[in-house]
Amino acid sequence: MFFRPTLYRRAEFLQGFRDFAPQAPGVAAWGLMTGVAMVKSGMSVFEAVAMTMLVFAGSSQLAAIPLLVAGAPAWVILATGFCVNLRFVVFSLHLRNYLMHLPRWQRMCHGYFTADITYVLFIRQYPHPGSTDAERTGQVAYLAGNYLLNWGSWIGASLLGVGLANLIPPEWGLGFAGILCLLGIQCSLASSRMRILAAAVAGVAAVVAYNLPLKLNIVVAIAVAVILCLTVDKIRPAPKVAA
Amino acid sequence: MNGIDFWTLGVIVGLAVVTVVARSFFFISSQSWQLPDWAQRGLQYAPIAALSAVVIPEIITVQGELVSTWQDARLYAAAAGVAAYFWRRGVLTTILVGMAVYLPLRLGLGW
Repeated sequence: MFFRPTLYRRAEFLQGFRDFAPQAPGVAAWGLMTGVAMVKSGMSVFEAVAMTMLVFAGSSQLAAIPLLVAGAPAWVILATGFCVNLRFVVFSLHLRNYLMHLPRWQRMCHGYFTADITYVLFIRQYPHPGSTDAERTGQVAYLAGNYLLNWGSWIGASLLGVGLANLIPPEWGLGFAGILCLLGIQCSLASSRMRILAAAVAGVAAVVAYNLPLKLNIVVAIAVAVILCLTVDKIRPAPKVAA
Repeated sequence: MNGIDFWTLGVIVGLAVVTVVARSFFFISSQSWQLPDWAQRGLQYAPIAALSAVVIPEIITVQGELVSTWQDARLYAAAAGVAAYFWRRGVLTTILVGMAVYLPLRLGLGW
């Protein structure tokens, strides 16, 4: 947590903050788009602000919007959000070694704020967990400084986007920017043939099963794609790809 | 969806809990533990499958029916966005190039 003096008084905190700086404009631009897209897809300003302040996960926010607008049941929206967020589960397995010396609520706070870019920068800075107390605290301070700037640029730009959205006519269809954003993230995950297969199968299945009630086509598509890929894996073991 | 809707707010709070649980997944418990092998391999495929399941219908269907015309701005915007991603490897480039194709087709030609 960036509000703890034990962290923000350390040099590593400032270094983490500075290391994030080159990424901040990109995060801000993406946040701005997300803010505009939320309102332009039919969410109220209050809901869009609540989502920005609480959820802090661009891809699951954007994936939830069409489902919210279509009136899908809560569990389908939450399950989809969790699936989109599963990459963080992989990160958490890695970060565990750096955080286990802290009490649980502090670990979960750090977890909440650590998004993709912070994880990548942190692991690049510290390939190995610290062996002394001072080293461990320094690493956590770096993490906190880093995610403070990530969080600040994301929240600030998203709120600005929510504010500006009403100035843009709805005919422009700017909600589509959110879909393009998800498409870009999807491309960034397409790092192996098996993952491209998973994407193709899920996309086709979601369209074929579109008329299922309760937006269940999303859940069915994910299940079909994952089961099919696990089956293909078993028949023909593919080289492992890091998440 | 105007004004305050408590169901939507509940879903938003739920999504915030999902963020915390997913990002802290392996360090919520103090015990050391591991997922079964099939679940670990499933983690490789579920995120891209979930994104695809949401994104593809938003690009190629209208009210649940496959698009029946080529005069749809979304098709060209998505194709341009994917090409832009593999050109520059950036999500922001995908959005900007995609919208640069989308807006003229939509506003200029009414697609």
